[in-house]
Amino acid sequence: MQVPAPFEYARATSVAHAIALLDQHGPEARLLAGGHSLLPMMRLRLARPETLIDINGLTDLDYVRLDGDEIAIGAMTRHVTVLNSPVLREHYRIFADAEAVIADPLVRNRGTVGGSLCQADPAEDLSAVLSALRAQAVIQAASGSRTVALRNFHEGPYETVVGGAEMLVEVRVPVRPGTGSAYEKVHRRAGDWAVAAAGAFVQLRSGVVQDVGIGLAAVGADHFTCAEAEELLRGQEPTTEQIRSAAGMCRDSCNPQTDQRGPEDYKRHLAEVLVERALSRSIARATGEEN
Amino acid sequence: MQITVTVNGEETTGDVEPRLLLVHYLRVNLGLRGTHWGCDTSNCGACTVWLDGVPVKSCTTLAVQADGHQVRTVEDLDAGGALDPVQEGFIQEHGLQCGFCTPGMLMTARALLDANPDPDAATIREAISGNLCRCTGYENIVRAVRWAAEHAAAEVTA
Amino acid sequence: MTTVEAPLSTAGNPIGFGRMIRKEDARFVRGQGNYVDDINLPGMLHGAVLRSPYAHARIVSIDTTAAAAQPKVRAVITGKILETLNLAWMPTLSGDVQSVLATDKVRFQGQEVAFVVAEDLYAARDALELIDVEYEPLPPVVDARKALAADAPLIRDDLEGRTDNKIYDWEAGDAELCDEVFARAEVVVAEDIVYPRVHPAPMETCGSVAHMDKVTGKLTIWTTTQAPHAHRTLYAIVAGLPEHKIQVISPDIGGGFGNKVGIYPGYVCSIVGSIVTGAAVKWVEDRSENLMSTSFARDYHMHGEIAATREGKILGLRVNVLADHGAFNGVAQPTKFPAGFFHIFTGSYDYPAAHCKVTAVYSNKAPGGVAYACSFRITEAAYLVERMVDCLAFELHIDPAELRMKNLLRPEQFPYTTPTGWEYDSGDYPRALRESMRIAGYEELRREQAERRANPSDTTPLMGIGLSFFTEGVGAGPRKHMDILGLGMADGCELRVHPTGKAQLRLSVQTQGQGHETTFAQIVSHVTGIPPEDIEVIHGDTDNTPFGLGTYGSRSTPVSGAAAAVAAQRVKEKARIVAGAALECSPDDLEWEHGRWHVKGDPEQGKTMQELAMTAHGALELPEGVEGHLDASVVYNPPNLTYPFGAYICVVDVDPQTGVVTVRRFIAVDDCGPRINPMIVEGQVHGGLADGVGMALMEVMAFDEDGNHLGGSFMDYLLPTSMECPSWELGETVTPSPHHPIGAKGVGESATVGSPAAIVNAVLDALQIRQADMPLTPASVWRAMQGRPIRPDLAVE
Repeated sequence: MQVPAPFEYARATSVAHAIALLDQHGPEARLLAGGHSLLPMMRLRLARPETLIDINGLTDLDYVRLDGDEIAIGAMTRHVTVLNSPVLREHYRIFADAEAVIADPLVRNRGTVGGSLCQADPAEDLSAVLSALRAQAVIQAASGSRTVALRNFHEGPYETVVGGAEMLVEVRVPVRPGTGSAYEKVHRRAGDWAVAAAGAFVQLRSGVVQDVGIGLAAVGADHFTCAEAEELLRGQEPTTEQIRSAAGMCRDSCNPQTDQRGPEDYKRHLAEVLVERALSRSIARATGEEN
Repeated sequence: MQITVTVNGEETTGDVEPRLLLVHYLRVNLGLRGTHWGCDTSNCGACTVWLDGVPVKSCTTLAVQADGHQVRTVEDLDAGGALDPVQEGFIQEHGLQCGFCTPGMLMTARALLDANPDPDAATIREAISGNLCRCTGYENIVRAVRWAAEHAAAEVTA
Repeated sequence: MTTVEAPLSTAGNPIGFGRMIRKEDARFVRGQGNYVDDINLPGMLHGAVLRSPYAHARIVSIDTTAAAAQPKVRAVITGKILETLNLAWMPTLSGDVQSVLATDKVRFQGQEVAFVVAEDLYAARDALELIDVEYEPLPPVVDARKALAADAPLIRDDLEGRTDNKIYDWEAGDAELCDEVFARAEVVVAEDIVYPRVHPAPMETCGSVAHMDKVTGKLTIWTTTQAPHAHRTLYAIVAGLPEHKIQVISPDIGGGFGNKVGIYPGYVCSIVGSIVTGAAVKWVEDRSENLMSTSFARDYHMHGEIAATREGKILGLRVNVLADHGAFNGVAQPTKFPAGFFHIFTGSYDYPAAHCKVTAVYSNKAPGGVAYACSFRITEAAYLVERMVDCLAFELHIDPAELRMKNLLRPEQFPYTTPTGWEYDSGDYPRALRESMRIAGYEELRREQAERRANPSDTTPLMGIGLSFFTEGVGAGPRKHMDILGLGMADGCELRVHPTGKAQLRLSVQTQGQGHETTFAQIVSHVTGIPPEDIEVIHGDTDNTPFGLGTYGSRSTPVSGAAAAVAAQRVKEKARIVAGAALECSPDDLEWEHGRWHVKGDPEQGKTMQELAMTAHGALELPEGVEGHLDASVVYNPPNLTYPFGAYICVVDVDPQTGVVTVRRFIAVDDCGPRINPMIVEGQVHGGLADGVGMALMEVMAFDEDGNHLGGSFMDYLLPTSMECPSWELGETVTPSPHHPIGAKGVGESATVGSPAAIVNAVLDALQIRQADMPLTPASVWRAMQGRPIRPDLAVE
């Protein structure tokens, strides 16, 4: 069996402590949350942090709550909690849709929202979900916290704006009455990363799209979204033609890579199909046609 | 590093490297070899144990992370002297062949039934989708879990 | 019920055939199984293998100084060191040689280069990183179709006189007759069909614990082997160790599927490690090692041609095969059959002309080829014929069930000798197909499909129905035809009946989950009337079991099962003689009933097997034919193979926009003769059907142009989960084998053999296209629909 190289281990007792430990141990330190991205890489010795800072004790970061006109999700919230959250099910079905196809039930018991976002895998479903919803990321440093739009959170594959002595502590999603949302994913097998995936929310008012968000995973979409497609739909009636045009824009603007999951042309095609489906289901849910 | 882990209700202590995987702490340090391992990439689920009552992959958990916490392994299922209904169900419905994935399956099944005492086949399949089996084709595992659900209060003999 | 109901013992078990829960489960459900990695000996050390990152490279130098200097490292072994022991190379099961630790070159990514022995696993793995190997990369052969090109790099320059990468050409059948038939035929359909490289991937990886006792000179090796005796004999021949001083023990095995037949370099290294350090050495491979270096399966590139009349009467089938064997020819199959039993590709149909030619080549990939429940290449053969039949149906616009029914062999034709020389023992094929269609509701399925096709839309799933009818030949095999490295494929057993009437059955086969501890007890129970709970089945330890070639190719029931039945029969006959003496009558005046011999017409005057066992060991003067016990020892040389068969139907729904395939239903009707334990038979079928889903939809080992293995972990080599498998629907017919003592045929690999074609045929039926290769991932399906198929064995383009 493959096992990690040796490392130092420290356990954080608070966010401030975690940040202090990050500062103390420098750039070769990594935070250990669920560990289901980091530890496998360490076992394969593809990642070799010198120090692991275990933040699983920060249980006060494990929450999903309605906070005024926003939903706040703590960074240490486990995937299974997001999947089953009544608050999220009520407001944004996209979460349950996505979580049901993220990894497997055992991994979901440990993996966290913060860990997944910070791992920044280009196929990360939650990145697409939170991008679609135009969430905000709250990042804590010793000097205080800053808020970054989720769409600006990722700088590239496996890279985020979280600095060396900083920690993602929360994501916030605005509540939007009259919204339906959905997530659509194609994978080779249950538990696999997406070949391509798309999520959306549509907020309707008087039959017109008041607001819309599109998220794309695994297709190299800029910041996991396609802003121009959203622009096209905003303020319009969500007709089939509109939806198809928007989906076509997503297809053209994304940048998928050929790999063993599929060739570039197929992934591009999927981006279009899945955006169309996510938008259609979102609308059906917004109008109450579908549950 | 000194750790204290409550395993199957008993306190255990060890002086371990931070990198020691929980699955190895159980198998090697404690001699509890019922928990198996089958891959390098957290896919197969053969290593499934409970951590604070929740089924997790012990190959993707460090022993130091279990310090101060509770771990339950397959060896605890018949701790009372009688087989747990899930164990009996796997026997009655031929839910195992080579037995290698079985401890992981049992721990996942037991957690499912504790949370949901009467799951349908689709729910069972979903719950065990993180546990791979190469022998059974899964059908009899689903039947075994159904058997356990239907005989929850059954007296089963060791 | 097609098997006779046996009476029940006081424990509630059938005294003979019938549904019985398994004896072995008691330990497994408690986590008390004893697998190789569970074995712990005092002072035991741990081994780890350093492997080549290159697919093809010269070894310039290996520096082990830093590794050997580590405080916890006790030995570092290289090919150079093995050379001094004449162990750097070892013979394969196919008459080739294989590198144990590379000396001159590495010839596949993942090949073994050095072996570290350390105090614990973590230290051993750490030390691997400290071994410095300098490689000079060479261009690799990755595409089998280019292996014989004029400019192809020569892989086996270690073999004298070798100038190319060809291993052999092999033929069977009548090429001339085929030429005539094909020339005259009204319809000829040709197709290129790939059965990609896949891997058995049992949940437990391979490993060994070797202990060479310096004082006694005895080598004990616990190891994941499906053939402990074969391993012992091979170690004796290869390592020059006296065979009576070698004990090979298979403890519990976590799945074999053909992965655990051969001897892997890691086992040899663990033995050498033990010799060098004086301690026991454990080596258990990790999953990537298992996938990248142990026996893969298939990798057959086939060109098939089928000739028929316009009405669909098949006249002939011929096929050329390019077989990719990897860097060493390490296939495990009978010597006279270098392409295994592939020439059973004529299948289940009645036609006179058949021919196959198999060209085997080396490539820069791991060795192997015969594994993953292939029944010695019958998976490839069955896939080929069942795909070709569907191609013919496609061209002729004939329903695939109707086409099969038209051509299936008829019961009165058995025993039937095929155009390539197989003698099928028994079968009622049309009945099995009808039963399968009945369970499936075939007519209704076609109606549903027709309705859907009449109202297509962008989003309506495409419905497909696919069939597969297969005949296997299992239970290798008659000694005069079948040996592995000169060891005849007979198998034996010893049945001992203790004075109190309990029995022990010692077997030469080796279960890896198939339930032998239960089913073999049931065989003996069936014949002797001794309850199965009173029969202990012992296997896996070469010191305690008779010689035999082990379990693979579904041979346990046909060969060892037959041996057990014959031994049980001999025990019963000895008991008869003892009964005659005890009851003071002629043995001919006795009748058998429920485990008891009694005087004909006078049931009160009788003796149970238990009483007769005690009597045999007692003071009674025994007549001729019985020495002081009832025991029997048998080596069974099967007169022929046995021929299980089946009719499978798969129903799929394919998302036309994404290519995602959902297996809606799978109906499997199997005929393996009388079922010793129906529950276990069904379990075997279920498992094989899941294999089919895996191979048809997701499993493949592909390579990029640098020879990098693209399926080296479970993230990339995908196994089916509970989500992709439907609730299997099983049926049965029972056609006993006329030559087997209990008529049983073996079933362990049937479903793996028969299912892939059913699923692939179903998907192609949904898409209404003639051909696409497995695995039919969503991307493959979509590209097939576009008319630009993906080649499965190379990197996706």
